Amino acid sequence: MEAYFDNSATTRVLEPVKDIVVKIMTEDYGNPSAKHKKGMAAERYTKEAAEIIAGTLKVAPKEIVFTSGGSESNNMALIETAMANKRAGNHIISTGIEHASVYNSLAFLEEQGFSVTYLPVDAHGHIRLEELEAAIRPETILVSIMYVNNEIGAVEPIEAISKVIKKKNPSILFHVDAIQAYGKFVIRPKRQGIDLLSVSAHKIHGPKGVGFLYIDQRVKIRPLIYGGGQQRGMRSGTENVPGVAGMGVAAKIMYTDHGEKMQSMIALKDYMISRLSEIDGVTVNSLPGDFSAPQIVSASFLGVRSEVLLHALEERDIYVSSGSACSSNHPAVSGTLKGIGVKPELLDSTLRFSFGVYNTKEEIDYCIDVLKELMPVLRRYQRG
Amino acid sequence: MQYQSFLIKYAEIGVKGKNRYLFEDALVAQIRHSLKRVDGDFVVSKESGRIYVTAESDYDFDEVIEAFKCIFGIAAICPMVQVEDNGYEDLKKQVLSYVDEFYEDKNFTFKVNTRRGNKKYPINSEQINRDLGELVLHAFPETKVDVHKPDVMLHVEVRNKINIYSHTIPGPGGMPVGTNGKAMLLLSGGIDSPVAGYMIAKRGVKIDAVYFHAPPYTSERAKQKVVDLAKLVSKYSGPIHLHIVNFTDIQLYIYDKCPHEELTIIMRRYMMRIAERLAGDSGAMALITGESIGQVASQTMQSLAATDAATTMPVFRPVIGFDKQEIVDVSEKIGTYETSVLPFEDCCTIFVAKHPVTKPNLKMIERSEENLEEKIEELVETAISTVEKVWC
Repeated sequence: MEAYFDNSATTRVLEPVKDIVVKIMTEDYGNPSAKHKKGMAAERYTKEAAEIIAGTLKVAPKEIVFTSGGSESNNMALIETAMANKRAGNHIISTGIEHASVYNSLAFLEEQGFSVTYLPVDAHGHIRLEELEAAIRPETILVSIMYVNNEIGAVEPIEAISKVIKKKNPSILFHVDAIQAYGKFVIRPKRQGIDLLSVSAHKIHGPKGVGFLYIDQRVKIRPLIYGGGQQRGMRSGTENVPGVAGMGVAAKIMYTDHGEKMQSMIALKDYMISRLSEIDGVTVNSLPGDFSAPQIVSASFLGVRSEVLLHALEERDIYVSSGSACSSNHPAVSGTLKGIGVKPELLDSTLRFSFGVYNTKEEIDYCIDVLKELMPVLRRYQRG
Repeated sequence: MQYQSFLIKYAEIGVKGKNRYLFEDALVAQIRHSLKRVDGDFVVSKESGRIYVTAESDYDFDEVIEAFKCIFGIAAICPMVQVEDNGYEDLKKQVLSYVDEFYEDKNFTFKVNTRRGNKKYPINSEQINRDLGELVLHAFPETKVDVHKPDVMLHVEVRNKINIYSHTIPGPGGMPVGTNGKAMLLLSGGIDSPVAGYMIAKRGVKIDAVYFHAPPYTSERAKQKVVDLAKLVSKYSGPIHLHIVNFTDIQLYIYDKCPHEELTIIMRRYMMRIAERLAGDSGAMALITGESIGQVASQTMQSLAATDAATTMPVFRPVIGFDKQEIVDVSEKIGTYETSVLPFEDCCTIFVAKHPVTKPNLKMIERSEENLEEKIEELVETAISTVEKVWC
């Protein structure tokens, strides 16, 4: 049996997604900017995808800009709004548990003279609203907070956050990295007070190398890529038509019968959590039920290094991700796990199991059986 | 105009006496082999103690030089122009056009150095030197003659054909691989062992390699990294037969039965024993390791002695006296550094006690190894019989 539990890294594409990607690559391969009918056919695909995606968020299609994926969306959202609004101020607020594409964009902005406040999180990975409120200054122009943490699945209180921000100063922009949230949660940027929202297609069973950034039409922002003026000049370059159309199909499927899909994913997650408790020395770092993301279970395995466990599972066709990348040469302990107070001896013993629409209960049973068999063997050897 | 031939100079082979032809033939074979990977048709010939490579088609000059620079035994590469012997006047014309062609900036000092392989040539070398010197001076007034330290040494060789050359590109030196037997390299994922393999291969030794894999403690990526390293070394050494040994059970057995501070040293001794067995099977006569004195606990004088005692084969440790930086310098030069520093665990870094013994006593180590008697032979046999072999 094969069990792929690394869906927060990437997912297998859905069959209809594959079909449309292949069809566009081989039949409807025109350039959407071309004036002939092959071009128009291609343009129709991107328009349809924009409409589907805008529909899932209840926003206008022209507020969707297609990008090469989550990292580009985050880069554009942060760097290009900060640059466009720097006359209004130079202060940005974010958290200590963001993805590297947010972190490194902020690091770049710090080099450019911006100052950034990183909010800490509590034991469940949530920021504290009063700390956010206290951090807002007159020169604050942008707040960037992730919707769902990619390592432990913590869900930030987005609507409450936006209320705190907008009450203090309605012109502060609120960016949400929704890369692990889109497809799992019903997101309503207009109602939730989100100005910018980053999404990646390959986390929702769409193709790799494509994503989008929702930009509220009132937001002042500059393009990240200059060129032929495609996408109303907001993102030049010939559109990735197969990718964009594939993302549209994936988005449509994820938001069809959405409630049922999420209920069954939450059931999988809760089942995993309850079965993990059968194994000695396992600590689950994610909250059960709808208190955290339905697709992520982070767990620490006392006395076993995560990388070793990961490879032992891989030998049995079970694919997971180590909660924190760590090796003898390059210690890179996760900021998130540290941030939520995972004990030092468990930092390097943490795995992330993340689910997608293809996972089954049987796979979880198989995984638990294998873990029960492996743990005593692997615990025999402990690093001195 | 492009150089259509190369004169390949060798150094040490020249003093090999009666066996010299064997070394020359090995070098010719290496050159032919390496040029197969280069676009173009080349003829490699051995002529009165020299090796010539002639291009019979278009080729990329830099690519060919790069290939030569990886062939041990080559001391220098001289790109040259080879012309037919059409009389003395024609020779003068050819030399002038050579200088004109290959030196855009003529502001240099030079000296003509003629050798007459063909002693029947009507004009002697001294006369040719004088005539050509004068000719070049007149034709290109910016040039000057300097017989002591010329910028350009203009070589003219009169043989059946006339060779003209003036550039000398250094080769890697050493001896052609395959002329000095075969040895088994203990290849880890680190910086040192590929350098050690390179250095021994430079002495004409063909190398095979062994890697100790400990899944799931070491990953597939760590194994792939070693395969990649072997491929990089094979650019110089010729194809390497990499033996991948699954070492997990042996390692865990040692961990269970022996004092943990001796884990590394006992593990090294079993690696040597297995490497020796594999070496014997593949016709290798020695082992090569990347150890350097004092680098880590398992590389103290006492530890090295204890490791040596596990094998009867000679153990070559070419970087034994190198500082880490010196090893890094070589690995950067030969192109293995970037791969070596990729952060994947190997079994030497993962199975390490907090306080390993730095001065092991052989008697004590042997006594600890007695604890392994029950199963170790069987585990070693299994490890050897399940070796995975990869051509790199």
